Amino acid sequence: MSIDLATVRRIAHLARIDIDDAALAPMAGELNQILSWVEQLAQVNTDGVPPLTSVVDAELPRRADVVTDGGYPQDVLANAPRAEHGFFAVPKVIE
Amino acid sequence: MSDFLALTLAEARDGLYRRDFTARELADAYIEAMAAARALNAYCAETPERALAMAAAADQALAAGNAGPLAGIPLGIKDLFCTKDVLSQASSRILEGFKPRYESTVTANLWRDGAVMLGKTAMDEFAMGSSTETAVTGPVTNPWRGEGSNKNLVPGGSSGGSSAAVAAKIALGATGTDTGGSIRQPAAFTGTVGIKPTYGRCSRWGIIAFASSLDQAGPIARTVRDAAILLKSMAGHDPKDSTSINAPVPDFEAALSGDIRGLKVGIPKEYHTTQMPAEIEALWQQGIAWLKDAGAKIVDVSLPHTQYALATYYIVAPAEASSNLARYDGVRYGLRVNNGGGLHDMYAKTRAAGFGKEVKRRILIGTYVLSAGYYDAYYLKAQQVRTLIARDFAEAFKKVDVLLTPTAPSSAFGIGETTDPIAMYLNDVFTVPASLAGLPAMSLPAGLDKAGLPLGLQLIGKVLDEETVIKVGGVIERAAGFAAQPKPWWRS
Amino acid sequence: MAKLIEGATGRWEVVIGMEVHAQVSSNAKLFSGASATYGAEPNSQVSFVDAAMPGMLPVINEECIRQAVRTGLALGAEINLYSVFDRKNYFYADLPQGYQISQFKHPIVGHGRVTIEVEGESREVGITRLHLEQDAGKSLHDQHPSLTYVDLNRSGVALMEIVSEPDMRSSEEAGAYLKKLRTILRYIGSCDGNMEEGSMRADVNVSVRRPGEPLGTRCEIKNVNSVRFLQQAIEYEARRQIDIIEDGGKIDQETRLFDAAKGETRSMRSKEEAHDYRYFPDPDLLPLKLAQAWVDEVAKTLPELPDAKRDRFVADLGLTPYNASVLVAEKESAAYFEAVLAELTAVSGKPAREVATQVANWVAGDLFGALNKAGKSIENSPVSAHNFAQLQKLMVDGQISGRIAKEVFEHMLATGDEPAKIVAEKGLVQVSDSAAIAAIIDEVLAENADKVAEYRSGKDKLFGFFVGQVMKKTQGKANPQLVNEALKAKLAG
Repeated sequence: MSIDLATVRRIAHLARIDIDDAALAPMAGELNQILSWVEQLAQVNTDGVPPLTSVVDAELPRRADVVTDGGYPQDVLANAPRAEHGFFAVPKVIE
Repeated sequence: MSDFLALTLAEARDGLYRRDFTARELADAYIEAMAAARALNAYCAETPERALAMAAAADQALAAGNAGPLAGIPLGIKDLFCTKDVLSQASSRILEGFKPRYESTVTANLWRDGAVMLGKTAMDEFAMGSSTETAVTGPVTNPWRGEGSNKNLVPGGSSGGSSAAVAAKIALGATGTDTGGSIRQPAAFTGTVGIKPTYGRCSRWGIIAFASSLDQAGPIARTVRDAAILLKSMAGHDPKDSTSINAPVPDFEAALSGDIRGLKVGIPKEYHTTQMPAEIEALWQQGIAWLKDAGAKIVDVSLPHTQYALATYYIVAPAEASSNLARYDGVRYGLRVNNGGGLHDMYAKTRAAGFGKEVKRRILIGTYVLSAGYYDAYYLKAQQVRTLIARDFAEAFKKVDVLLTPTAPSSAFGIGETTDPIAMYLNDVFTVPASLAGLPAMSLPAGLDKAGLPLGLQLIGKVLDEETVIKVGGVIERAAGFAAQPKPWWRS
Repeated sequence: MAKLIEGATGRWEVVIGMEVHAQVSSNAKLFSGASATYGAEPNSQVSFVDAAMPGMLPVINEECIRQAVRTGLALGAEINLYSVFDRKNYFYADLPQGYQISQFKHPIVGHGRVTIEVEGESREVGITRLHLEQDAGKSLHDQHPSLTYVDLNRSGVALMEIVSEPDMRSSEEAGAYLKKLRTILRYIGSCDGNMEEGSMRADVNVSVRRPGEPLGTRCEIKNVNSVRFLQQAIEYEARRQIDIIEDGGKIDQETRLFDAAKGETRSMRSKEEAHDYRYFPDPDLLPLKLAQAWVDEVAKTLPELPDAKRDRFVADLGLTPYNASVLVAEKESAAYFEAVLAELTAVSGKPAREVATQVANWVAGDLFGALNKAGKSIENSPVSAHNFAQLQKLMVDGQISGRIAKEVFEHMLATGDEPAKIVAEKGLVQVSDSAAIAAIIDEVLAENADKVAEYRSGKDKLFGFFVGQVMKKTQGKANPQLVNEALKAKLAG
């Protein structure tokens, strides 16, 4: 499988990373190089092999339904590039 | 004391407990050394005031007789760890100015035990790299240079600031994180000891995530004993991390019995690659001989899917990263680039300006392999191969107690020399398989190459069996008698 | 019976499926220890986890698991003993992680069903699945000319997404389904069902087709938050789609919003963005494994569900199906009815079946009517279940007549007082003294001798007149049964 410029553009949009048109082709080249390298996995027979999602063989731990956190809006907002009236402030969505 | 910096962590600990010197004196020596070593660029943030305050507290505790096991020990902390009110940027521009209002569990454990923070160490941006050249604060330089050479070398990565700091004796020990080799490879490149414990041994809470199913914290130190002491404090079950293992933390230092008689050491045949330099192969054989001499039984084993580990890793890790790094959007912290466009324009501009080239590359690869139509062919396939890789280890560990391999396929290379991404990825060829299987592994220095640069050997253990890894490491350390040190060319 | 819609070119069938997001009733959020309550100061119920600060990790709230399982059981659904949390990746200002933790391939609850009743007929709506997921924060777009304000208090609150099969065929059925689902959730207490506060929201999929033909292209109407809006939105949307198709156009699969002010739906985006959520198992969490024995224990905590209760009211108490349905529609009204009935049977000694219909008529008729008029809910009814039972007892014991009871009830509504007190204060106790009644009858007969003669000559209808006169003289307090008997005897003379 080979990635074309339109695909790079689509992926970059999904990832919300602006890429200059001039940078698209080199990026496509790099991505294709990496993808063609990882495609060696196609050689491995994985029929009936379950995917490994965690190496931890344990039960999912659960917390009790008790309020133990929150109540520190000043800490939540402390690093915000812009905060107003206790809210995070961001530019509006432009359609 | 004439030279505080020459002490190992264990020696310094014992000296402090004996009140031979104070934590303040030790901190002063390290603060001075750290400031004099800025040419290395190992620290991205120095916190001398905090170090002095923590040293004072350690001295008080030592005087009161209630000091913790690390009282007064000055450490470097990888910038991936969130440290309260101290810049924590993962060496990325996108976290510009970020000072968390919380402390990671691992660093909190260290402070609980009395350790002293010297500062934050630089790293490859978001821990994605093997050379620490991509830090927003600039590349870190390896204290080691080739014999008769002035060429600046990389300290390995991504925990290169930590490995350089330990090697240059501007920290008594340091924290690292290892996703595919980011503790072990830099340790090998700098003649230091690095342990990546079992996945789940150290809490990931408060460590900036790269690839959640692989990320694991561990120590970088000068000796196996020092690393064992640090690991004991760093490890432990954390209810705030759902993947943290609820198991008792053994006294790792006590594992250093030196007795490995009858222990079965596996030599995986697939690690004999054709590209491996002869001197690394020779060092590996030397390691085998040392262990045999100490009474261990050497067993040849096979890990048949080893050759697919890197490709598997370079699907799984970027996939998880693409999602983990979505939160860097300029809304709640860090960089925001806003040119008057709308919300989505702000996202795209912020992330374009905030992430470096390699990070972007991995986010894009990760986004692609998870996207509709490609998930099965890439991501699912990789997770299936990962199962096979884990099974290989499980099979091997039915026959042996520990595995011995080289840590990296080369010694430290020059800054700026490796520009091809895949060539860079190949640094992790020997470290990635244990990461994928979540197994504990350690790199320790075992010799020098002909240029006079350190080389490391790797020990891989069974799940939660860091003790055997440490025990065998201690035997190799003693047999190797590695005493070489970099010349302090960087001191200003 | 499918209800067909008349178009210009023939009849159309509307096909409706629904995804209901119901907030789990829990103290803390799904994956953090911050409070899940509604209406706090902005960003005050936000943990570092909810704000997706670097390095923060999720730990699941056990109560949310339990409530999802209870809900699954109440919907007669399969409980999946193995389920997985996935990340659904997309960017939005109120989605701090850049992904929502949800369940995609392996939800906690599988197929189930809900029975609805429309115009006296009942039918089943299939449940496809139920899964747990995180709510997003809230974006306020109208507070500043160029900025959106983001409040993360809701970020990470636990939701159950309940997905139906496309089994509904009219807006009435869709409304009945949403109401029924709400009733069930409120019965078992897994969601407070408060639609105004957003505790329940529906995304509705609507398509139209000629009867018997395959499914048409659907549009999804997002975030409908009342039954009335739901029905308006469906009716508008079905008509819109029919008009487009009949005009030779085709339906674009898209997401639409219901504009309650205009009563119409409109497209949410000018150009539909390609969604690619890149689901994958959340590596910060492990698969959720449940033990069947635990599920069985949880099943024992379920209360009697509305359908079972209604059936029991009809079969055991002899209520009409209509009254039974009205009484069980809200958990609180059923509880009120049952409390009144229990007290009444206890204090009167009468079997429940004998008095149940009277109580049901009073609760479903008089009480609900009065509460409706006053805009009050049963929980803040001025007439407590205890007082209501006392009133019923006065009637059952014959101490007051039905007519007097209505009068007493009016006073109870106004004052909240006990009926006995009102009866005593107003002197409304029924006159059951035969001698006193006989004296009054004599008076009436004496004053109306002409009418007595008419009656005796065969004008039976005048009996009511005499009763009325007696009641008038006693201000309605005379025991009607005694009046009847005594009057008959005297007139027979």
